[in-house]
Amino acid sequence: MSIFVNKDSKVIIQGFTGKEGTFHAQQCIDYGTNIVGGVTPGKGGEHHLDKDVFNTVKDAVAQTGADVSLIFVPPAFGADAIMEAADAGIKIIVCITEGIPVKDIMLAKKFVEKKGSRLIGPNCPGIITAEEAKIGIMPGFIFKKGNIGVISKSGTLTYEAANQVVKAGYGVSTAIGIGGDPIIGTSFIDALKEFKDDPETEAVVLIGEIGGDLEIQAANYIKEHFDKPVVAFIAGQTAPKGKRMGHAGAIIAGSAGTAAEKMEALRDAGVFVSESPAMIGESIKKVMEG
Amino acid sequence: MKIHEYQAKELFAKYGIPIPAGKMIHNSEEAMETAKEIGGGIWAVKAQIHAGGRGKGGGVKLARTITEVKEHAESILGMNLITAQTGAEGQLVRKIYIEGGVDIAKEFYMGMVLDRATEVPVMMVSTEGGMEIEKVAAETPEKIVKVSIDPLYGLQAFQIMEMGYKIGLHKKEMKEFYQFAKKLYELYIDMDASIVEINPLVLTTDDKFVALDAKIAFDDNALYRHPAIVEMRDFSEEEPAELEADKYGLSYVKLDGNVGCMVNGAGLAMSTMDIIKHEGGNPANFLDVGGAASAVTVAKGFEIILKDPNVKAIFVNIFGGIVRCDRIANGILEATKVTNVTVPIIVRLDGTNSDEASEILENAHLNNIIPAKDLADGAKLAVEAAGGR
Repeated sequence: MSIFVNKDSKVIIQGFTGKEGTFHAQQCIDYGTNIVGGVTPGKGGEHHLDKDVFNTVKDAVAQTGADVSLIFVPPAFGADAIMEAADAGIKIIVCITEGIPVKDIMLAKKFVEKKGSRLIGPNCPGIITAEEAKIGIMPGFIFKKGNIGVISKSGTLTYEAANQVVKAGYGVSTAIGIGGDPIIGTSFIDALKEFKDDPETEAVVLIGEIGGDLEIQAANYIKEHFDKPVVAFIAGQTAPKGKRMGHAGAIIAGSAGTAAEKMEALRDAGVFVSESPAMIGESIKKVMEG
Repeated sequence: MKIHEYQAKELFAKYGIPIPAGKMIHNSEEAMETAKEIGGGIWAVKAQIHAGGRGKGGGVKLARTITEVKEHAESILGMNLITAQTGAEGQLVRKIYIEGGVDIAKEFYMGMVLDRATEVPVMMVSTEGGMEIEKVAAETPEKIVKVSIDPLYGLQAFQIMEMGYKIGLHKKEMKEFYQFAKKLYELYIDMDASIVEINPLVLTTDDKFVALDAKIAFDDNALYRHPAIVEMRDFSEEEPAELEADKYGLSYVKLDGNVGCMVNGAGLAMSTMDIIKHEGGNPANFLDVGGAASAVTVAKGFEIILKDPNVKAIFVNIFGGIVRCDRIANGILEATKVTNVTVPIIVRLDGTNSDEASEILENAHLNNIIPAKDLADGAKLAVEAAGGR
């Protein structure tokens, strides 16, 4: 078991023949992900990385039975690619593309929800079910199989966390990078709900950052509904107010969304909050050993 | 991206949102002439800087005679305006806006922003016009009326009326208020604004709504489809080092400490700042080298970090996913050739191609490069190298 994706997921790449798409598609294939083809408008009928290329997602789904899509298109076409995937019946849409306008994502997310699909991202590292399917840009070798779920707003911090979990003697079930944009497809709660029902996941690492209130919502959910141990780290404890820290979402406006508020809410929900980003692995050890 | 009040008002005018007569000028000579052109018996002389809180800092003054207009213009132009939002260093005033007065009956606040919790735009109005809205929100949240707008349908009449009646408007004022709100929503959506604020929005004695102030910021991701907005960018309002970094795809924010940081990924970059503080040090900057880092951009990163004379050590903290560690290692070597790096560089490289990276650095035999075995170790070494706790 795992969440959202596994070795049976049939994955297509949108933006397959581009530079980023090609590089990461190859990495996913090497990891063992079941990549069944790709989409690049105008290149239908060609072959790329020994896989079929299609003009549209609809064609790809019809020919391959794909149920997961990994998106690498330029930001101006990001929302369109997401909606195309949802319209073609893709169930899990993973969007790596960075820089999609908020307005576009706001509308695309509503479209995806109406179609009953799930969007992960945008502007995220993707999702990996250890030793089964890597659908994203993370360095796969870090994610040794195990029983710890990882949910993170940040890409490189996800790798950092997974690495520490492994070094502490544990492994990862599924790690999901949800992205740090103001609007994202899958929230902490969405992922927690899945981990709750996943027998393979025994504990969860939750990595948030300043800005927005998804971590507070997650804390409320954990308090009421989630009984597996959770370790959390919130990035940006020392970030100055009003400054944008790379992620569009990582900005503290007024008093809302500070690291201190989030850490307190999580502690209040019984979460083990690590103050240092270097103590995530140790913290997992503590909660697992009781 | 932020723009000035006078630019925001140009946009307002384009959308039919009423503003007082006004003009942006660069020198006090033009001030008197401009005030005469505008006419009337009262004028506002307003510093044009991107930060808010201008009034409190002495950057907005009222004049009752043409001579006063000139005096105020002279005192504000060229001043170093310090407000709650500029930081202690302040911001040089290069432009001012001269604006005609209006007869105010009531003052309100109106704003639009994305509500991240509901993921739709919200429009907010309040009777507490002219006040610091963050303070109102914290102390008397009931005085802010909010409506959530479904972007598929847009702002509806019933929502505008709900806001209007809740802030005490009468039926005779509602038609004007409706037009005002409708146009503001249109601007917000069309222009991919991330925030629009009018504080104060005034109701005049002849029942008109007028935007006395105007603040607009835009979604940077959407700027590619608004070339006219990009034209409005005022580079003199931005931190030169941050601009320079931006040219190379680096995201840099200057801070007050002495440990320079070069990190990949915003989250890890923030965490690196956190752990430096945790170890008793102080970060000199936030720097995300991004996903497309090359030897050139990394060298540039060093150059930007080292422009800050406070920097006593640099902590390179890279966890390679898209960024390959061998590229970073080459970047470090490149940088030491281009820039004379005299401070210790603490290097922690992990992830994709980290073994190749270690080899590259070792073979270079540079004595100010100190390898770290992990995040905690790196932070500790960096803080020590910068002069300790």
